[in-house]
Amino acid sequence: MGPIQRLRKDLFANPLDGLVSVLLLSGLAVAGYRLLHWALTQARWAVIQANSTLLAVGRYPIEQQWRLWLLVALVAAASGLSWGVLRGLPVRDRPKTTLWPSNDRLAAILLVFLASWTPALLGLTLAIQARWWTLTALVLLMRWLAGRYAGRFAKPAALAMPLLWPLLYLLGMVLIGGGLGLVTVGANEWGGLLLTLVEASFAILLSFPLGVLLALGRRSSLPMLRWGSIVYIEFIRGAPLITLLFLGQNILGFLLPGGLAPDRVWRAAWILTFFSAAYLAEAVRSGLAAVPRGQLEAARSLGLSLPQALGRVVLPQALRVALPATVGQFISLLQDTTLLSLIGLLDLLGTARSVMANPLYLGKSAEVYLTLAVLFWCCCAALGLGSRALERRLSPPSLSR
Amino acid sequence: MADSTPAHPPWWHNRRLLPWLVQGAVGLTLLVVIAFLLGNLVRNLSAAGLLLSWRWLGQPASFDIAETLLPFNASEPYWRGLLAGLVNTVRVVLLGFVGATVLGTVVGSASFSSNALVKRLARIVVEVIRNIPLLLQLVFWYFVVFLALPNGAEAIQLPGIVLAKSGLFLPGFEAGLHWSGPTLVDGIWQAPLRFTPEFGALLTGLVVYTGAFIAEVVRGGIASVPKGQWEAAASLGLGAFESLRRIIIPQALRVIVPGLNTQYISLAKNSSLAVACGYTDLYSVAETSLNQTGRAIEVIVILLAAYLAINLVISLVMNGLNRLVQIKER
Amino acid sequence: MPFLRKLLPKRSLTSTLGLALLLVSCAADGGGGGLQSQKIDLIKGRAKLICGVDGKLPGFSFVGSDGAYSGLDVDVCKAVAASLLGDPAKVDYRDLNSSERFAALASGEVDLLSRNTTETLSRDAAGGNGLSFAPTTFYDGQGVMAAAGSGVKSLKDLAGKPICVESGTTTELNLADRMREIKATYTPLKFQTGDQTYAAYLQGRCLAVTSDRSQLAAKRTSFPDPAAHLLLEEVLSKEPLTPATTNADPVWSDAVRWSVYALMQAEELGITKANVAAKLAQAKANPNLADLRRFLGVEGDFGKTLGLPADFVVKEIAAVGNYGEIFDRNVGPGSKLKLDRGLNRQWSKGGLIYSPPFR
Repeated sequence: MGPIQRLRKDLFANPLDGLVSVLLLSGLAVAGYRLLHWALTQARWAVIQANSTLLAVGRYPIEQQWRLWLLVALVAAASGLSWGVLRGLPVRDRPKTTLWPSNDRLAAILLVFLASWTPALLGLTLAIQARWWTLTALVLLMRWLAGRYAGRFAKPAALAMPLLWPLLYLLGMVLIGGGLGLVTVGANEWGGLLLTLVEASFAILLSFPLGVLLALGRRSSLPMLRWGSIVYIEFIRGAPLITLLFLGQNILGFLLPGGLAPDRVWRAAWILTFFSAAYLAEAVRSGLAAVPRGQLEAARSLGLSLPQALGRVVLPQALRVALPATVGQFISLLQDTTLLSLIGLLDLLGTARSVMANPLYLGKSAEVYLTLAVLFWCCCAALGLGSRALERRLSPPSLSR
Repeated sequence: MADSTPAHPPWWHNRRLLPWLVQGAVGLTLLVVIAFLLGNLVRNLSAAGLLLSWRWLGQPASFDIAETLLPFNASEPYWRGLLAGLVNTVRVVLLGFVGATVLGTVVGSASFSSNALVKRLARIVVEVIRNIPLLLQLVFWYFVVFLALPNGAEAIQLPGIVLAKSGLFLPGFEAGLHWSGPTLVDGIWQAPLRFTPEFGALLTGLVVYTGAFIAEVVRGGIASVPKGQWEAAASLGLGAFESLRRIIIPQALRVIVPGLNTQYISLAKNSSLAVACGYTDLYSVAETSLNQTGRAIEVIVILLAAYLAINLVISLVMNGLNRLVQIKER
Repeated sequence: MPFLRKLLPKRSLTSTLGLALLLVSCAADGGGGGLQSQKIDLIKGRAKLICGVDGKLPGFSFVGSDGAYSGLDVDVCKAVAASLLGDPAKVDYRDLNSSERFAALASGEVDLLSRNTTETLSRDAAGGNGLSFAPTTFYDGQGVMAAAGSGVKSLKDLAGKPICVESGTTTELNLADRMREIKATYTPLKFQTGDQTYAAYLQGRCLAVTSDRSQLAAKRTSFPDPAAHLLLEEVLSKEPLTPATTNADPVWSDAVRWSVYALMQAEELGITKANVAAKLAQAKANPNLADLRRFLGVEGDFGKTLGLPADFVVKEIAAVGNYGEIFDRNVGPGSKLKLDRGLNRQWSKGGLIYSPPFR
């Protein structure tokens, strides 16, 4: 079918479709034109340019910011590495794919394309632009190296990969917060995107094991565990996050002996963790429900203890089923970090709002909010994409198309 | 595996004892933690002179609320204020249900359109909305869209409807049976029916965001209907819209209704973000009351109870509806 | 009942149960413990004073582009840190909005609240917010600001109009009272933070914005066109802006109270940041200057009775100067705000700043 024919079938199958298509296309054209016109001629992006550091890291001391750059470089290298290894390692029962499938090529081109003009558009200094180019080069270099040689070191690579990210995370927390010989930078000096990412990643990492435990507890045959989990999960799920954050900020201090309550930044991180764990528990529970009961019984009858049977037989299957829902929960957790701005923390949205409090930037909120929306969209969409890729990789061959 | 298995398994392998030991340990830990927290709470509260009391609920609130369905003024007690806030919450939640359901159904069914453009567009819109935080969308609607509207004589005027910075003005019956539209009285619009921009921004944000999620629920529901049903409908000579309405949707509802329940509850909970755009809902009144009285525990208990009650009612209604839909299918 | 149970999902039942548990547990009572000066020990232990400030109010507490806090409220924090810890830099600032400030203080998250907070009976009373107020550092009144071209000349002109106000403030309550007095209905548009309040005002959502006159003046200096906004003549209320601690630790409250009084007394005695060292030498050399010797801690044990070092006054004045200097530097002639001292003059010059004797 030629492209014209296809277009005709897709858009102009009957008169009504044709009319709708014409209307929509013209509407889209007008909207696109006006958006572009606004973005290129009317919008004043100076508000983003002038506050890019504030939006990125908040009041993080300037002389310590090299640590964050180092962290970004490490993350870039690790992402390139993981990407390459993921492609380079053979997938069992599947024919070896090429090193650069078309998807990857597209992604690489997109990355280079974005890195080449976005920093310049944001009006960053040449030195910082160069850093972003170097980072992009680093990602691609590591991608190429890992893809090229992963096959040769398949075994150590497969072993090291799961360790890479947790180690990097711990190292990242040291780089951000200080310690081990680095100057301490207190949590109340973190802000902007940095704070958002720290809070979200902390909550994601801790809420996951907690959610799994709660899900197991909810399906346990021991009444105490079951009812404890049910009460906890339903209590948390029944309350809006903001009331829980409010509870954390206003009441946690009363619940702990004087001075023991964590700093408000960490307090919010813990509340996010506890909040998210209840939702994750439900996601995991649906996964557990999908594992036939016979699996557990079979494992037990093979002589595995209960923890062994759960950990080796039931959970791997359940988590695979629960993966989309779990990642969905992570995405909404990332979005929920914006609520921190309502309790006075300077996360990305909080920083943005305090930037706009400067009357110099009055009426420039569209630019700021749009930038934030794009940032959040990219982060959430990336999580979603990653989840789908992982899902495809994890699905047993019989289930894949 | 260890090959030196003792004749009697040790006590910690005892299948009957073990569960109780585990439960006892968990129960004891929970009890100790709760007792520790409560002990601190009581000690700290009495040190701050804030031991639990509900008397303040009967005292005059002495703050005003901008827009209320329930008449309220500053000389009325706190509980009236909280009730007015609750009514405001219920108002936005109920309207939100209607809006989000309509929007979600339209967009969700659009992804089954025979027109590829409509299909793609529906998916793209849903993906964009779902991946942007609701709070960001709310402040966007309020500060960027609604507060940028022109005011006074320059307001957007359609026959009988005026959209200005000070709100949306609709015609209605006034003083008995006198039909009247919006009028401009020395620079300020007045009309029988009026929605403030704060309310408008909150409602729009909630409807758009929840609508995107409902669209996914609706899409999933429709997709769950076997393809044969579409073909059967087509062979009966029904068009795409007619087959959706008469054949597909009634069957899809089985899957859709439980999903809607979740979305409705999340809409109700999300309505507490009203503080971000200046609408006075229950949370906002509670926050102000806390500030005037310092009664943190009492206020949070009221808040949690109110939202739990709202969720309960939604679940109740939706479960009833669910039974209706399921019975129909048999 | 079975019908209800079938209709009700299990989780709603359990969540109700959870709430009931919370309610019951809240009703439990227990004995209170007598606290001595845990707070001072705590602050000394961590070698940091945690001070709750507004953080977004030029002249009172504001973060400059260099990331440093400055302002009148901030200087009070610095003075207290200097008197207790000997170093004005040993302060951690917490930005608090008006609705979270009291909870932050009551739960011990901040040691001292220096955030343009109005002293009122209900906030002071043990049965109310249970705060303990230090001496007032700024006598203010509530004002109203409106666009110069709007034709608003007095509160009466605002009848039926939207007015922007920060929620959880005394201004919100005073506005309600005054409008009730003149029997005018109005639309209070309440926002959680000052930022949002002024943003909504500047975008034209409200005809006027109300707050402390000093705050309005301070904010106006940062507006794109300050001359386009008019501060109405009417003063709606008395707003004595006062640092506060909780009732929980009277020793700590007294230490704060007299640290603030010392700033005022120093101005009265003519002791400044520049001459405090000379005055100290003078006091040490001359045993006849009993008042000065006691004040500067050369003689007597005032510091000790407050749980502070003996030379707390010297440390304070050397760090931030006396009250007059603080005022001039932050909100007076030495600042952008250029506010008149007005009520905030020393009592000897017809103002309300009056320190009880250091005796």
